[in-house]
Amino acid sequence: APVSGGPRCSVPCPARPGADTTAIMPAVSKGDGMRGLAVFISDIRNCKSKEAEIKRINKELANIRSKFKGDKALDGYSKKKYVCKLLFIFLLGHDIDFGHMEAVNLLSSNKYTEKQIGYLFISVLVNSNSELIRLINNAIKNDLASRNPTFMCLALHCIANVGSREMGEAFAADIPRILVAGDSMDSVKQSAALCLLRLYKASPDLVPMGEWTARVVHLLNDQHMGVVTAAVSLITCLCKKNPDDFKTCVSLAVSRLSRIVSSASTDLQDYTYYFVPAPWLSVKLLRLLQCYPPPEDAAVKGRLVECLETVLNKAQEPPKSKKVQHSNAKNAILFETISLIIHYDSEPNLLVRACNQLGQFLQHRETNLRYLALESMCTLASSEFSHEAVKTHIDTVINALKTERDVSVRQRAADLLYAMCDRSNAKQIVSEMLRYLETADYAIREEIVLKVAILAEKYAVDYSWYVDTILNLIRIAGDYVSEEVWYRVLQIVTNRDDVQGYAAKTVFEALQAPACHENMVKVGGYILGEFGNLIAGDPRSSPPVQFSLLHSKFHLCSVATRALLLSTYIKFINLFPETKATIQGVLRAGSQLRNADVELQQRAVEYLTLSSVASTDVLATVLEEMPPFPERESSILAKLKRKKGPGAGSALDDGRRDPSSNDINGGMEPTPSTVSTPSPSADLLGLRAAPPPAAPPASAGAGNLLVDVFDGPAAQPSLGPTPEEAFLRFVCKNNGVLFENQLLQIGVKSEFRQNLGRMYLFYGNKTSVQFQNFSPTVVHPGDLQTHILSGPAQPPVDGGAQVQQVLNIECLRDFLTPPLLSVRFRYGGAPQALTLKLPVTINKFFQPTEMAAQDFFQRWKQLSLPQQEAQKIFKANHPMDAEVTKAKVRDRGRVCRPMNFVGAGIIQTKALQVGCLLRLEPNAQAQMYRLTLRTSKEPVSRHLCELLAQQF
Amino acid sequence: MIKAILIFNNHGKPRLSKFYQPYGEDTQQQIIRETFHLVSKRDENVCNFLEGGLLIGGSDNKLIYRHYATLYFVFCVDSSESELGILDLIQVFVETLDKCFENVCELDLIFHVDKVHNILAEMVMGGMVLETNMNEIVTQIDAQNKLEKSEADK
Repeated sequence: APVSGGPRCSVPCPARPGADTTAIMPAVSKGDGMRGLAVFISDIRNCKSKEAEIKRINKELANIRSKFKGDKALDGYSKKKYVCKLLFIFLLGHDIDFGHMEAVNLLSSNKYTEKQIGYLFISVLVNSNSELIRLINNAIKNDLASRNPTFMCLALHCIANVGSREMGEAFAADIPRILVAGDSMDSVKQSAALCLLRLYKASPDLVPMGEWTARVVHLLNDQHMGVVTAAVSLITCLCKKNPDDFKTCVSLAVSRLSRIVSSASTDLQDYTYYFVPAPWLSVKLLRLLQCYPPPEDAAVKGRLVECLETVLNKAQEPPKSKKVQHSNAKNAILFETISLIIHYDSEPNLLVRACNQLGQFLQHRETNLRYLALESMCTLASSEFSHEAVKTHIDTVINALKTERDVSVRQRAADLLYAMCDRSNAKQIVSEMLRYLETADYAIREEIVLKVAILAEKYAVDYSWYVDTILNLIRIAGDYVSEEVWYRVLQIVTNRDDVQGYAAKTVFEALQAPACHENMVKVGGYILGEFGNLIAGDPRSSPPVQFSLLHSKFHLCSVATRALLLSTYIKFINLFPETKATIQGVLRAGSQLRNADVELQQRAVEYLTLSSVASTDVLATVLEEMPPFPERESSILAKLKRKKGPGAGSALDDGRRDPSSNDINGGMEPTPSTVSTPSPSADLLGLRAAPPPAAPPASAGAGNLLVDVFDGPAAQPSLGPTPEEAFLRFVCKNNGVLFENQLLQIGVKSEFRQNLGRMYLFYGNKTSVQFQNFSPTVVHPGDLQTHILSGPAQPPVDGGAQVQQVLNIECLRDFLTPPLLSVRFRYGGAPQALTLKLPVTINKFFQPTEMAAQDFFQRWKQLSLPQQEAQKIFKANHPMDAEVTKAKVRDRGRVCRPMNFVGAGIIQTKALQVGCLLRLEPNAQAQMYRLTLRTSKEPVSRHLCELLAQQF
Repeated sequence: MIKAILIFNNHGKPRLSKFYQPYGEDTQQQIIRETFHLVSKRDENVCNFLEGGLLIGGSDNKLIYRHYATLYFVFCVDSSESELGILDLIQVFVETLDKCFENVCELDLIFHVDKVHNILAEMVMGGMVLETNMNEIVTQIDAQNKLEKSEADK
């Protein structure tokens, strides 16, 4: 026999035990013969080595190629045989780069077998951008028009499998017609429905909704269950974007479902699967209903609730069969029913029953059911009706985390603990998760770390617990503690003065461990540099002890950590003058001053000089304690969302359950804007000056570790804010980074007086390669009346270098659009171009005016024409803080009243002066502002109002 | 939606691969290897679901599989599919193969790749389930066989 070798393998069918004992049927004797194919496959299977296999395959490929190229026309049988061989070779992982044309030829054969193999080859091997598509489309068109249901189905399958845009363009209009035509066979309708679904998914714009949609909905009533199955899938997809076009499907789906659920187990004959009537269709109908809110019609709703109750009741009945297939099918419907109940979230009675049912499954002997129960409970936990009921299962879930053998299940248990966590059980859940972390699978450690960090912060009542938890995280799983996590603990310690002393003491103790994780050194270094003085009174942690403890780790650390420690040392010089000599000695050592790493060297040089030349006062100012960090979305939460997709943080996002819970965040003071410097060499300032709330992150080099702390999501893909955001930021400030990408950083320093301004632009080449033909030019849009004198910037720009450009600006009259900066250069031969708005806005030419309150209101009344006023009501973008707001308003005028800010000033231009009055009324409860501008010129009022509304 | 259906044996040799999303040939082979690696290291009697490998879309997708003697049947699906429903579908697929091949074994899949594809095509089309009724599927396949026979006799 040609079939020999290889172990005897078989697929036993669990439904029919003993099937695996049947002897192999040699393939060639089954009578449907392609002997050559069987021989070839046997040859391959007999190959003793990979090399032999490749050799045999290459021989066959050469053979087929010559047959295809040969003069003799091949008959259909041979073509089929060779195409089958190619399919087999492809499955083994070898590229097939010919045979496509032969397969396309097979499509136009009149013989079913040949046509079928042609379509098979194409659906397996032709990718959507093949140039053959036109030929294939022709063949499909003929088959669709053939009125032969078998051929039509083959063609529809091919469209659905390739699903390319070109096929969509060719056929999207025809398929709805075939789908709803009265004379289409059931099998054709089924295929047409799924074919249309596939085309809609690939290119929704090509499938126009129309009169046919109503008829598709009525397919839910079709006699043939296969047609209904296909139609439900189609409607579920289409109704997501066009809910109104399909909303009649709800009542039809409910009645169909009701008929299935209430039918006896034998009514549906072939669609009964192991005594369960039409489980697949039931599941699909329940999914479809999840696309809509609960039915409004009371009768429909009553019928549906009855269905859901029946399914829940059936779950309690004894099984009709012991086979796993029976319980699988039954539970598939049950889980989908529970999903629908959770989706409606409006029937407390059903929700509690669902929760109890899932509770039973949590302890079921079938792993699959435990897995699914944990997963469903996660969504149930966010319902206010059932959150408490879910919490009662905490011990079972913790037990699952400890004892489940399967990591997939443990992961779901961790997810559920995260979802059910609230103030009442946070400590227990966090400590269980920490314990689990010690033995957790590597694949999920990082996620557990993020979850623990978020829960610890979210539900911290006392901050010492929070600090302990994070330090434990670093101790247990230091490698998995990402930057976001340890940045966050620093932010929180900096912002909460009640925990600073405890944090200093705890990190000091943690650093005593002979081998502690580098992340611990980073956190320890930073905290001691800021708050080491709080524990310096204890002789066991006196300044010299603190220093030598940190320095004992120094040599084992990476460059980034050493850079951070150097900053800690200079801070020590300020905190503890008695350590000055020792630290200067360290800085002066050749290993620092002449360090090969430029960042370390620069820090050593600068810090040494600073400590020698600066007076104590200057030192104290420069090295002052960090100001509190501005509050924003936790960067850890953002990271978890990125990891798990949206919704991952939902348990914490919605304040519904626990509105008063953000007390860590609540107590934070926003930072007043301080000027940051765009110059990359201004490291010392970078160390101490907090950039304004939304400063763009500095480049990701080691030297900027400290700067990075300020920024939220550290791993965001683009380096800086979008140019538009950056531009808006400059409305209220004059200096900062205007633009940054992988290649180039553009910094701005500007000053304005009267109607004149001067702007310095700094272009930093971040690469090590020269920029050629570097040419920054200022473009004047037509309606701009600003006059700009450009100073030259000299091309080329060397790698790592920075060039400067000075602009003199004169405001001739009021203007609305800012000037544009166009930068062009060549980098590695490739031309680069970008255009940015220069941050010159009308408010830069504002002169504040001193004014008494009654004068203000008198003038306010004078500017009472409707066109002189512009008003905007908007949601606060930043925390409402009187001092900060006052500072922002003061920038453009005088402040008179505390809770109702007003300002006055004059916009200076060469041609005219525009008097401006501003009034800002906060509503702290609604977190809204009303901003009103009155000026003597209408466009100015509106423009200023738009600009300034972004700033509060 | 079903993203891919893979059958491979205990040694990772692919016996059927059907992708319902366009992937390059190399990626297809990598996905098969990655999936085999993920599935084969799991004990028997653990659950039949796990998160998909990175190549096929990571945690947005699930792998739902069954292990029959020498073969793994793996369906990679997105979140719109019911896990237990897919398990049933795998069972229907295997039972159908068993009917069509009269006690199916791995060799049948090896020597009749085209037939296996045809049977699958009666169940799943473009990543969506077309038919779950085994008798209906077998009837279609029988009709095809008859057609084939009549054409061969001509």
